[in-house]
Amino acid sequence: MKKRVLTVDDSRTIRNMLLVTLNNAGFETIQAEDGVEGLEVLESANPDVIVTDINMPRLDGFGFIEGVRKNDRYRAVPILVLTTESDAEKKNRARQAGATGWIVKPFDPTKLIDAIERVTA
Amino acid sequence: MDMNEIKEIFFQECEEQLAELESGLLKLNDGDRDPETVNAVFRAVHSIKGGAGAFGLDDLVSFAHVFETTLDCVRSNRLEPNQDVLKVMLRSADVLADLTNAARDGGGVDEARSRQLIKELEALANGEMPQPGAPEIAKAVAPAAPAPAVNDDGFQPVAFSFDEFEASEPPAIEPSTYEIVFSPKSELYAKGNDATLLLRDLSRLGEMSIRCDMDRLPALEEMNPEAAYFSWEISLKTEKGEEAIRSVFEFAEWDCDLDVTLVSGDASGAGEELPMHPVPFDLSLLDEEAPSRGESAEEDEEMVSQQRDPRSAAASAAATASNVLQMAQTAARAPLENAKVASTASAAQAAAQQAASAAQPTIRVDLDRVDRLINLVGELVINQAMLSQSVIENDTNGTSSINMGLEELQQLTREIQDSVMAIRAQPVKPVFQRMSRIVREIADMTGKSVRLVTEGENTEVDKTVIDKLAEPLTHMIRNAVDHGLETPEKRVAAGKNPEGTVRLTAKHRSGRIVIELADDGAGINREKVRQKAIDNDLIAADANLSDEEIDNLIFHAGFSTADKISDISGRGVGMDVVKRSIQALGGRINIQSKPGQGSVFIMSLPLTLAVLDGMVVTVANQTLVVPLTAIVETLQPEASAIHSFGASQRLISIRNSFCPLVDVGRILNFRATQANPVEGVALLVESEGGGQRALMVDAIQGQRQVVIKSLEANYTHVPGIAAATILGDGRVALILDVDAIVAASRGQTLKPEMTLAATG
Repeated sequence: MKKRVLTVDDSRTIRNMLLVTLNNAGFETIQAEDGVEGLEVLESANPDVIVTDINMPRLDGFGFIEGVRKNDRYRAVPILVLTTESDAEKKNRARQAGATGWIVKPFDPTKLIDAIERVTA
Repeated sequence: MDMNEIKEIFFQECEEQLAELESGLLKLNDGDRDPETVNAVFRAVHSIKGGAGAFGLDDLVSFAHVFETTLDCVRSNRLEPNQDVLKVMLRSADVLADLTNAARDGGGVDEARSRQLIKELEALANGEMPQPGAPEIAKAVAPAAPAPAVNDDGFQPVAFSFDEFEASEPPAIEPSTYEIVFSPKSELYAKGNDATLLLRDLSRLGEMSIRCDMDRLPALEEMNPEAAYFSWEISLKTEKGEEAIRSVFEFAEWDCDLDVTLVSGDASGAGEELPMHPVPFDLSLLDEEAPSRGESAEEDEEMVSQQRDPRSAAASAAATASNVLQMAQTAARAPLENAKVASTASAAQAAAQQAASAAQPTIRVDLDRVDRLINLVGELVINQAMLSQSVIENDTNGTSSINMGLEELQQLTREIQDSVMAIRAQPVKPVFQRMSRIVREIADMTGKSVRLVTEGENTEVDKTVIDKLAEPLTHMIRNAVDHGLETPEKRVAAGKNPEGTVRLTAKHRSGRIVIELADDGAGINREKVRQKAIDNDLIAADANLSDEEIDNLIFHAGFSTADKISDISGRGVGMDVVKRSIQALGGRINIQSKPGQGSVFIMSLPLTLAVLDGMVVTVANQTLVVPLTAIVETLQPEASAIHSFGASQRLISIRNSFCPLVDVGRILNFRATQANPVEGVALLVESEGGGQRALMVDAIQGQRQVVIKSLEANYTHVPGIAAATILGDGRVALILDVDAIVAASRGQTLKPEMTLAATG
């Protein structure tokens, strides 16, 4: 059974990188372009783990995480935050919003897969 | 998809983000204070930085980072985006574009310029206002905006990652035994972490024995299923250091109590069963690196971030004021409390935002696919025409049902063709946006103050037309600012606003796109133009020219009225080249000028380059197509109007003026001797430089819209021929390159480099 990953990122570049990396690692990948779309597809995507960006139009990563955590069915889904900010402040904010963990950009496939495996059974 | 393709996507995305960035900055410049505008600008730079980081484009990353930091100050209301600030930002956007281009195409950038802008951006982030002309960095830091301390060599990206921690840790070859006490808090589970997974990760570090402390587990009826009651005591024998152990708990470190103690450096402790005893979680015993020691998580975070990085702590303190963080904090409390009013409010806000920015859905399609479709539709049109023709030829008894069906088919094909062409249609916006940078640069160079006003940016035209529009437009804008507008002093003296206005508009008019470029400068100095034309032997000293004719002289090759060749306009490109490139697009350009009030250049272009309105003519039994846009009029020459001139030249007199007669058949070597003009038809065409020529052809077959087929792509370039097409009867007809034919008639031979391909 393939694990399903929902990725939320407004950058086409990053979306493609996530897609390639996750597919190569044997995940099933569902993609959304911002927080609003992420919440819209949440039910149908039924993800085992979520990877989200922070800076996005319409609804940012913090708002998106908050939305997921409010959903009774998905509030315990691990959420990893993609962030270029490696400093403690961004991590704190993501964590406060309910993020499970984070992946510091620049984007690195190994780091991504490691982080996902760390939070999924 | 491989990395190269993703990189290609990245650069495409960069272009979009750069356009977004520029239009956002221009909106701010016009006084727009919508937070979403600022956010969009920030995101644009942020996205570029993110992608650039993934590809290791360090120059781009470091510049984008500094830019982003300054934009963040604007976003959090620490920096007022006034005109001076925006000037720096617009120039930074230009540099960012340069860096992006350099990253894609190779080549260098103006490093001094980017270094200078980095300094200016940092100064802004430090709360200093820009000082025009003297961008000196004061060392004083405004208290309101404690911002990054930066060294003068420019920014160095600081990559902070726990991996590096591990790397810098000297690997402990000898396995050591650690005693770990891990007590998760309820928050750990609420955030989707799982103690089991953490323990699994931990077990991968070495030999581990584990004991679960279940003492705190209450009776079932009192138990909150989502609370944390268990804690674990672990004995781990590992070669990796303490940092490796802590990094396992990286995501959980705030939501658990964690105690890691080195028990022994040798292996003797391993496997030993730990005595079960309560471990005192004495906060003061933890070393500085261990962050989890407060009851109040939030207070604790502040402390931690201050210890780790005073800069970010300051930034965080400042950002606390912003709504974003409040939302984030709400979110932090929300997970387990299902119906919080505050969260509902922010969700409603998000929904409102969603409604506001709900755009029309679009899809992204590979251009090749669209081109293939266009090609196929072109074939369909040809096929339909052939079918119609053969039906008409064979239709002796007039079966009307076939004719009616054919008519419907014809209409449908026409509609399909129009719809397909519409797919390629794009708004001229990107080109217009590029022009604002050109205006800024030239305004800077010339010391003029210029405002660019654009209208009709959403007017759509075929993508190939857009691509080819940038160059002539750039040159015309340069001219408008350099030659058209006066210096601020002269403008004030003339009673005008010292700031000049250049207005760029696009609109559709009768199946063509009309682009106007207007300046409110001095207008064309007709005396000067006339004198120059006389000096250059373009016109006779006593020539009687209308104002319009004088204005059009500036389109002559090698014509420049600037007294000295300036850096801007003197790039070896004149208005003649502009006119030629417009004509190569099947367009026309006109000028209207009023002394003291400015000039307007009006360009009229076809909406697509895939089809062309042409006149089908016969020359020496060959069928040719002449682009209709080139033809001024057609006439049947009379013997009395033909005059010989020189050895083989002939002129035709049309309404008392003489016009060289060009035998197309001779030029293209269709025949060895000149045809008799009286037996043919003359097409009066306007060629480069505005001069008129009469092209001799044998007969006119009719007018028709033809689908352009590139000769280069299917065969090879033929001098004098722009492209080919397939006619209704299935025969191939060549489309004439009028400019090349005219140039050849001036005694030059047809050379490939001399001809202007009218199609891509």
